[in-house]
Amino acid sequence: MIWLDTLIQGLMLGGLYALFAAGLSLVFGIMRLVNLAHGDLIVLGAYLILGIGTATGLNPFLAAALALPPMFALGWLLQTALLNRVLGEDILPPLLVTFGLSVVIQNALLMGFSADSRKLPVGPVEAQSLPLGPVNLGVMPLVTFVSAVAVIFGLNQLFYRTALGRAFRATSDDPVTAQLMGIRPDRVFAVATSIALVVATIAALYLGARANFDPATGPARLLYAFEAVIIGGLGSLWGTLAGGLVIGLAQAFGAALNPEWQILAGHLAFVAVLLVRPRGLFPRAND
Amino acid sequence: MRKVLLPLVLFLAVVLLAALPVIGSRALVQDLFMVLCLLVLALNWNMLAGFAGLVSVGQQAFVGVGAYGMFACVILWGMDPLAGLLVGGLVAMALSVPVAFFTFRLNGAYFAIGTWAVADIARLGISQWKALGGGTGTALPKGAVQDMPGIQAIRALIGGSKAAAVDALTYWLALALVLAMLVASWLFLRSRMGLGLQAVRDNPVAARSVGVDPVRLKALVFLLTAFGTGLCGGLLFIQIGRISPDAAFSLLDWTAFVIFITVIGGIGTLPGPVIGVLVFYGLQRLLADYGTVYLIVLGLIGIAIMLFARRGLWGGFTQRTGLDPLPLSHAAPRPVTPTDP
Repeated sequence: MIWLDTLIQGLMLGGLYALFAAGLSLVFGIMRLVNLAHGDLIVLGAYLILGIGTATGLNPFLAAALALPPMFALGWLLQTALLNRVLGEDILPPLLVTFGLSVVIQNALLMGFSADSRKLPVGPVEAQSLPLGPVNLGVMPLVTFVSAVAVIFGLNQLFYRTALGRAFRATSDDPVTAQLMGIRPDRVFAVATSIALVVATIAALYLGARANFDPATGPARLLYAFEAVIIGGLGSLWGTLAGGLVIGLAQAFGAALNPEWQILAGHLAFVAVLLVRPRGLFPRAND
Repeated sequence: MRKVLLPLVLFLAVVLLAALPVIGSRALVQDLFMVLCLLVLALNWNMLAGFAGLVSVGQQAFVGVGAYGMFACVILWGMDPLAGLLVGGLVAMALSVPVAFFTFRLNGAYFAIGTWAVADIARLGISQWKALGGGTGTALPKGAVQDMPGIQAIRALIGGSKAAAVDALTYWLALALVLAMLVASWLFLRSRMGLGLQAVRDNPVAARSVGVDPVRLKALVFLLTAFGTGLCGGLLFIQIGRISPDAAFSLLDWTAFVIFITVIGGIGTLPGPVIGVLVFYGLQRLLADYGTVYLIVLGLIGIAIMLFARRGLWGGFTQRTGLDPLPLSHAAPRPVTPTDP
């Protein structure tokens, strides 16, 4: 029975990691950008939700909805003012710029909010659970998991069913030819990063509701998210969900054996998958 | 004139640095020890990222393993710390073989994430080593460090306490490591293999077509820099005297700072890290009282350099003036003209 419980916990945790990773996966799939600041942007989103919540007295879910437009705008600004200038053949400049950004955001948050850990007050729903056969399922983890699946489904629909998605895929496959067809890659990239930050805000809501966070929380989450993206395979959103589940399950079972092994088990699963399949489980593109 | 002046200035600088423990204060020696160690790490990272195109964010793995290797030798097997240092470097190099086997399968940006994950695995793995204090860490026995060979001679030379002599000895070792790294890098980069490496960086297809094997060269650089980084890790923690997994595998201290130093000074240039570490030290002294502001400034400078001057301060300088006192390229042979007497 304990194993069934662990299995379900792992799946729920994997949903959260898939949410962290979805925005990264989108951006990486479209412009091959490894955004090392993504984890810190999620934490920034969590502080924004907290700030809006305290200022207006709204429930974190409503505060998160209010936080979406400014995060969308931030994504646009980030891409047009900074990242578009360094994208190119050489992978070093975008890596180093996002690395610098990560340090700046982390320390700016530290100055603004101190190192005290915070939590988003979601109210009574936090403690509720549903009896599911022999085990109990927390309502918040379930909502997180359903949101993750919904976000991945939504992004996939956007990617394969809309004109914007066609532009995304065209720019990803061949930016030069896409330009000949009247697509402006820098605009497409800006929209992609904006959407990624909207997804990051949703991830921030569940991060803040599930556990304490502080300005230094970002990098560790970023690492799990990247592992999920890489396990899933380049450009595959459902693959990212699968990757998140692999990491979540490995961490849950590792923790069940020995609490100190939780994170280690996740990393080892990542290494094991890549030793067998270096390009991830479901790679869409070829590089 | 310039041919004589430059070596003379460099020589005087080295002599001055070497004499520092005798003429300078102990606080300054400790400060500069840190600067020199960061310089060693930066020179190694620059070889990896700037010349071999291997952008690693997991070099703290080798710092930590080198340091823990040294601690294990001293605490568990009663060896001399200096011998432990060497063992630590070798252990780091041995570790780099399986790490390379795994991370080299990941190309480009995935490599960065792979090395980072490996460093975290190393940190968590070492935390399980209860004999060396597990997650909370342990300290070097005081006697072991103060009985290192040469400590008595150094005390006779500079006076002062045993602790000051230990500071002087570690400082000289760091200085020697910097000089060895600089000379070795320069010789390597001008050698056949080094030229091959730079050719791979500048145009991989053309380099392969003339018979350069990129994977072999990159693996060699990865292995050698792991050794250098591991040695430096051991040396750092002889001086610090206390170790814990979080300190030994710190991403901020042993990789983030090192990346900023290299980027500011000029990535892919040999003098770049030297310039970078001077700027870094200056900023640190200037903004020491502001803590987080200092890191924000460092991050912003790094971003600005990538936006406006990709080859950093040294790269910008050589580009502006056309002057490169330490060229890595060979001059083209003089054309043989029939009119030559």
